[in-house]
Amino acid sequence: MPNIQDMARIIRQDIITMLAAAKSGHPGGSLSAADIIAVLYFSEMRVDPQNPNWPERDRFVLSKGHAAPVLYAALAEKGFFPKEELLKLRKTGHFLQGHPDMNKVPGVDMSTGSLGHGISVAAGMALAAKIDNKDYRVYCLLGDGEAEEGIVWEAAMAAAHYKLDNLLVILDHNGLQIDGPVKDVMNLEPLPDKWRAFGWNVLEVDGHNIEELTASLQVAKNFVGKPTIIIAKTVKGKGVSFMENQVGWHGNAPSAEQAEAALAELKGGNRNG
Amino acid sequence: MAELLVDWKKEKKIATREAYGQALVQLGKDNPDIVVLDADLAKSTKTSDFAKAFPQRFFDMGIAEQNMIGFAAGLATTGKIPFASSFAIFATGRAFEQIRNSVAYPRLNVKIAATHAGISVGEDGGSHQAIEDLALMRSLPNMTVLVPADATETKKAILAAAAYQGPVYIRMGRLAVPVLFTDDYNFVIGKANVIREGQDAAIIANGLMVAEALQAAEELSAQGINTTVVNCASLKPLDRDTILKVARQTGAVVTAEEHNIIGGLGSAVAEVLSEHYPVPLYRVGIKDTFGESGSPEELLQKYGLTSAHIIQAVKSVLARKNEKSDIN
Repeated sequence: MPNIQDMARIIRQDIITMLAAAKSGHPGGSLSAADIIAVLYFSEMRVDPQNPNWPERDRFVLSKGHAAPVLYAALAEKGFFPKEELLKLRKTGHFLQGHPDMNKVPGVDMSTGSLGHGISVAAGMALAAKIDNKDYRVYCLLGDGEAEEGIVWEAAMAAAHYKLDNLLVILDHNGLQIDGPVKDVMNLEPLPDKWRAFGWNVLEVDGHNIEELTASLQVAKNFVGKPTIIIAKTVKGKGVSFMENQVGWHGNAPSAEQAEAALAELKGGNRNG
Repeated sequence: MAELLVDWKKEKKIATREAYGQALVQLGKDNPDIVVLDADLAKSTKTSDFAKAFPQRFFDMGIAEQNMIGFAAGLATTGKIPFASSFAIFATGRAFEQIRNSVAYPRLNVKIAATHAGISVGEDGGSHQAIEDLALMRSLPNMTVLVPADATETKKAILAAAAYQGPVYIRMGRLAVPVLFTDDYNFVIGKANVIREGQDAAIIANGLMVAEALQAAEELSAQGINTTVVNCASLKPLDRDTILKVARQTGAVVTAEEHNIIGGLGSAVAEVLSEHYPVPLYRVGIKDTFGESGSPEELLQKYGLTSAHIIQAVKSVLARKNEKSDIN
């Protein structure tokens, strides 16, 4: 099996390929989360592609549901469904919906897409594990723009109140949202202080550094009594030079030529790319 | 015909929310998967009964209805059967989009049990009187919508909702209302019950308007007008067959609901009749206006939700029915 870095690069290629085929979708926030998702699905989470509804599995909720391509890529690479299905993303009658659908896609634990819901639902899953004394963990990927939604903070309050230390949220802090930089649209800083004030264990990492991500997940696992949030500093569009830090690549698919250029970069071994 | 108490007017009145509290405790004993969430209104919604009996399975989410629905959805993904309660206005209005996208869309097994629906909330006034909750819930695919008429039916509806796999909205009231049905009353999701028969007109009602409909039928019968009364507690799925049957039998229909005439029972019945068997129809309900503070009884009077208003409505549809037969 490829190492995590290589898997992240493969996932990025899948993202570009499927979005070019779909001709619509969200590359920026999918690429920014590729390393995080690679770590979760290929070293961290207890899941079984042969048994997607295994009751003891770890759960994953993609709260920033528009990044569906990064999740679909990981699920396909993990073996939940054949990789060629990725090319039918967003097509009429096909199971890969524009935003994740738990009833259609094997391995998707919650239907998401409406921002803010996912973290609340993930906390509910974590509460269920507490009620039943089960040891599965619940992972949730949150966007930074998404944290402008009020329900995110309602969920943050409740997860701390019910001491859901089996809940792990990773914030994909790429700093951009549709209308511009998050700090200009609706400033969220100081994010770490806000989460600490809400009663969370807060870790800050480079969201493209596999070792840092892996180590922080280990710390979070051993932390008792509070939910953990890993604030992962990321670059929107990471890995494709002409997409990096460009707001315009939030919700536009690459053309065939752009996809070719992007894939050449991603395959080319440019580790800074 | 459904099992109606002979002396229902002499029975002690009970609010449907009281019956909800009792039904939850019974459910909690029978099924360890039942969990209950509230948003700081447990004493009013009566989920406090469950909280007392099963503190480990009761979760107060604070004044945060959106997150309450999100948590309920998460719990449901693991096989729990969550009942999430608040006042109807907040349960359906504040958390509408959570219900839409995180409960109804993924068809999760969440029960939204709301109390304090309608203008019979009374003194708290228009801000707290949900008159649109049924329209909101009825328009959602995958959602089942129940509006029980009395304490007996409420208990049965709650048990039926728990046994049913999928999202359910149950609408209950604050006000003590007559107990109409015996314990043998047969409640089935998707079934309307004919509780009185007459050939002149049919009154289709739900919630607290069922008692008003029965009262109206009694008074009309003294005037020589015989009406069928249908309790349509299952607003969705709607029992089309029964509605069409009574429309064919009587040729004139009145609906009665404690809800805006837009989007609730009246609309649902109108949709069925206009497509399949148009007959003169009058919708008794709140006439597209918000409520206000006042005693429940005075408000029901002021907003046209009494047996007297139903009687007037029956006479009006009868006049149209007779006009029609004159033309024919």
